[in-house]
Amino acid sequence: MPQTLRESVAPLVEHFFRHEAGRLVSVLIRIFGWRNFDLVEDMVQATLVDALQAWRHRGVPGNPSGWVHGVARNKILDALRRDKIGQRVVTEWAATLPTSQEGLDKQFLGSAIEDSQLRMIFACCHPRLARENQLALTLKTLCGFGVLEIGRALLVSEETVKKRIQRARRDLIDHEVSLDPPQDGDLAHRLDAVHQVLYLLFNEGYSSSKGDTAIRADLCEDAVWLCHLLCSQPRFSTPATHALMALMLFHAARLEARLDQHGGVLLMEEQDRAKWDHRLIRRAQEFLDRSAEGAVISPFHLEGAIACHHCMAPSYAETDWLAILHLYDALLKIHRSPVYLLNRAIVVAEIEGPHAGLHALREAGQDRALAQYYLYDATIGEFYRRAGEMDEAKQHLEAAKRKTPSSHDRAIIERRLAKCS
Amino acid sequence: MAKFLFVFRSDNDAHYKMTPDEMQQNHQRWVQWLGEGIQKGWVVDVGDGLSAEGRVVDAKKVVTDGPFVESKEVVGGFTIVQAGTIDAAAEIAKGCPMFQEGGTGGTVEVRPLWGFTMKN
Repeated sequence: MPQTLRESVAPLVEHFFRHEAGRLVSVLIRIFGWRNFDLVEDMVQATLVDALQAWRHRGVPGNPSGWVHGVARNKILDALRRDKIGQRVVTEWAATLPTSQEGLDKQFLGSAIEDSQLRMIFACCHPRLARENQLALTLKTLCGFGVLEIGRALLVSEETVKKRIQRARRDLIDHEVSLDPPQDGDLAHRLDAVHQVLYLLFNEGYSSSKGDTAIRADLCEDAVWLCHLLCSQPRFSTPATHALMALMLFHAARLEARLDQHGGVLLMEEQDRAKWDHRLIRRAQEFLDRSAEGAVISPFHLEGAIACHHCMAPSYAETDWLAILHLYDALLKIHRSPVYLLNRAIVVAEIEGPHAGLHALREAGQDRALAQYYLYDATIGEFYRRAGEMDEAKQHLEAAKRKTPSSHDRAIIERRLAKCS
Repeated sequence: MAKFLFVFRSDNDAHYKMTPDEMQQNHQRWVQWLGEGIQKGWVVDVGDGLSAEGRVVDAKKVVTDGPFVESKEVVGGFTIVQAGTIDAAAEIAKGCPMFQEGGTGGTVEVRPLWGFTMKN
């Protein structure tokens, strides 16, 4: 009597284990506290291993999350009963802790899990932690990535990732960062820190053309997902949150069209606009509309509006460069970032020609870090090429090629060099 | 056709070192392998996975927690398959996801079932 696998009826959603790990860690840390991070990680791992071994042969049960949470609840009750740490946790929390089966069940309701995850976002992105440690801790605890995977995504060693996570955990304990949601007076500051981390997370996945492509796409997806979580809570669903969401979705809409069939990166002017995800663009526009509700204009509003102009243009040539120029001017008033200056110069060149572009780049080039950036030389080279000064163009494009370790970036520069004759 | 029991033994530590995404890939490979077996007809009974806890009862009827074997030899599951010969069955076992990249490593014990292999 041959049996069919249940899997064929209900396959697991993508990254089920990873997202489940994030949910479980958030719920369990809320019960056991940061000090018992190791115990929590062991319990979460044991829960997932149980699921893996149980589902291998006969497939996935109808409600896989429910199944996993059931196992986790038993492991928690076991730890509270048997484990020394568990005993201590029970006494510490005697008045409020959900140590009974009933209390635990409440912690695993959908809304309670989301609440735990939101608390966790604010803890992982606490301003007391260094930015790179916030990022590593977020990826580990909320997104369920392994240390090696985080290293592959951020292009740092496994050791470095481990150190960053340990450092972040120590800082959380030393500064007694609680898992309580931020107070009203502190909210703007705390929320801004969260926005910055999510934006960085998204950019790590989107902007760099290095490392493992699949993991980097996951980073973008998770940044959007965490921002969605913020949007689900009225207190955190501010105009800046909506603007960040819009910005990420506009970029995400172009994610796949950015790559050619060999995984090489295509410039915006080379992309097939029909391949952009127009459903995502529409959703991004909705968020951008909602972001206009408040009086505050954040850099996310302006960057979102720029991305919107790019997504709305029927072709590269028909882009509303003048509108984009004004948006960059507004951005530079908030923050004189060399990267904004570089991007602004590209817009200037589109409006007034390559010589005006070169002139605009001069200020940006005074920033030493930017002058070391391959895109700075690549842009100068491209401006000279358009001006017909091929020797200068080649010289700068070659310099750009030497400055980037990425084969994808070098391929783009090669295409430009081929046009220099 | 004769029938065989596959006993899957693997290193428990290897399971505990997997990241969640690796677990999902591992899960997919198992489902694919056994699904293929059902389709091709060599799976008689997909069997089941075994929970880690257990009791061992001895001749004196003493019940102890167990089995507490070495971590590397934990029986994680079983499946009943059919094949023409034991060598053909062993050939099938070579396809087990434990041995593939990202697998946990371990062994598959291939044992003929008397009841099914005796010809009347």
